[in-house]
Amino acid sequence: MEPLERYRPLIDDFGAFQAACKRPLGIAARVNTIKADPDRTIEALRADGVGVEQADWHPTVLRLETDSPGSTWASFHGFVHTQEEVSSLPALVLDPSPGDRVFDACAAPGGKATQLAALVGDRGTVVANDNNLGRLSALRFNAERLGATALAVTHQDARNFSFNDLAFDEFDHALVDAPCSCEGTIRKNPTTLEEWTEDHVHSVAGIQKGILRRAVQATRPGGTVVYSTCTFAPEENEGVVDHVLAAESCELQAIDVDLESAPGVIEWQGTEYDPSLEQAIRLYPHHNDTGGFFVAKLEVRA
Amino acid sequence: MADNVGQRFDRLPSTADERTVPGRATRRAVLEYFADRFGMPSETFESYTFWEKGAGKIWIYAGESPSPAELEALGMTCLRTRQEHWKPTTDFAQRFGRAADSCVITLDAEQATAFAAGEDQSLEWDGDWGYLIAAHDIAGGLEPIGVGLYLHGELRSMVPKGRQRTI
Repeated sequence: MEPLERYRPLIDDFGAFQAACKRPLGIAARVNTIKADPDRTIEALRADGVGVEQADWHPTVLRLETDSPGSTWASFHGFVHTQEEVSSLPALVLDPSPGDRVFDACAAPGGKATQLAALVGDRGTVVANDNNLGRLSALRFNAERLGATALAVTHQDARNFSFNDLAFDEFDHALVDAPCSCEGTIRKNPTTLEEWTEDHVHSVAGIQKGILRRAVQATRPGGTVVYSTCTFAPEENEGVVDHVLAAESCELQAIDVDLESAPGVIEWQGTEYDPSLEQAIRLYPHHNDTGGFFVAKLEVRA
Repeated sequence: MADNVGQRFDRLPSTADERTVPGRATRRAVLEYFADRFGMPSETFESYTFWEKGAGKIWIYAGESPSPAELEALGMTCLRTRQEHWKPTTDFAQRFGRAADSCVITLDAEQATAFAAGEDQSLEWDGDWGYLIAAHDIAGGLEPIGVGLYLHGELRSMVPKGRQRTI
């Protein structure tokens, strides 16, 4: 928990934040609308004796009362995919339309890529990329179980992503759910901070900047790019977006979601970030009883 | 004639006249198989393309792609060809099996649970032998579970090990 002390100046109710970080996280799942709607999914789960509560901020987000969500018919049929409640947020913020060409730069193990496929009605092209072959095999397993036919899976370094194997040369939208120091997953993985170092935060921020820059370059003017992490460190969040705002043609957009959040920070340890970063959102564990998360929404300019 | 290159995706030719790779299934033959065996209307697949990667493994894809394409995956695997009896995948049966109206065997709750766990079971079936789509009633509708092989009064679950679950 010590590394989180550095965020005391950023967080209004730091005591509530610390207490929430110590509580284990409940089980959440996303309805896979490629296979079933929320009503049928909830009926199937209840028939298996699983208590279900629908999140009030989105009908496809479910909270489950079970220790083994995988041993249900709803899971076997791919009606649901178990994922942290706030992990459903970035794809919903991206909000692609049927037929769109969408890029998921760091897609494995596929929870968000398959959600993007569902959001395009499984009727567009979702390029699900990852640089890790082992994690790509988990993505492929999930994609098949969930019946996502709109996914094209690529194995590239997202920082130098090439369109060579694709039928087009720009995306309508892109999601960068970046590899990060994962501080926000502490409720799921209590040991996640044992390996934490500030050096790691800075080195992963360099990778994040490269991935987000390439995603912005690969998206058409007028398209949306969503950047998200499951960490609190401003170096990996506002610092990354600030860098890309200066280097590429894009601007922040407001995020409209019915979840409690704090605005993005615009000053951290003596560094000032672009004031528009206040439109990014920080979700702390005590806000909505979830994991920690950061989301920024960018529009690409000509 | 050209060779089948195992490590890339090649789009299936529409018909045998357009085939350049020996033994490759055609789009027409795939649609005929799904229609003849399972009664799935060909319109079900109108906006999908079919691809071969690996020897006889057919993929169904809704997006855009050049052919050939060197990618990790295009859509999902749907059918094993280049063998005497073509075999649909479990995940294809789950995704598209609602469109089937023949060679669909309805299982009761106990039989469905055994099937999902990968167990073979003895049961009565008046229809064709061979690959069937197993289904059960769940949440107000019939839902396909996967593919079974029916022979001599026994339904063998073809659910792959990694997909088997004790429910």
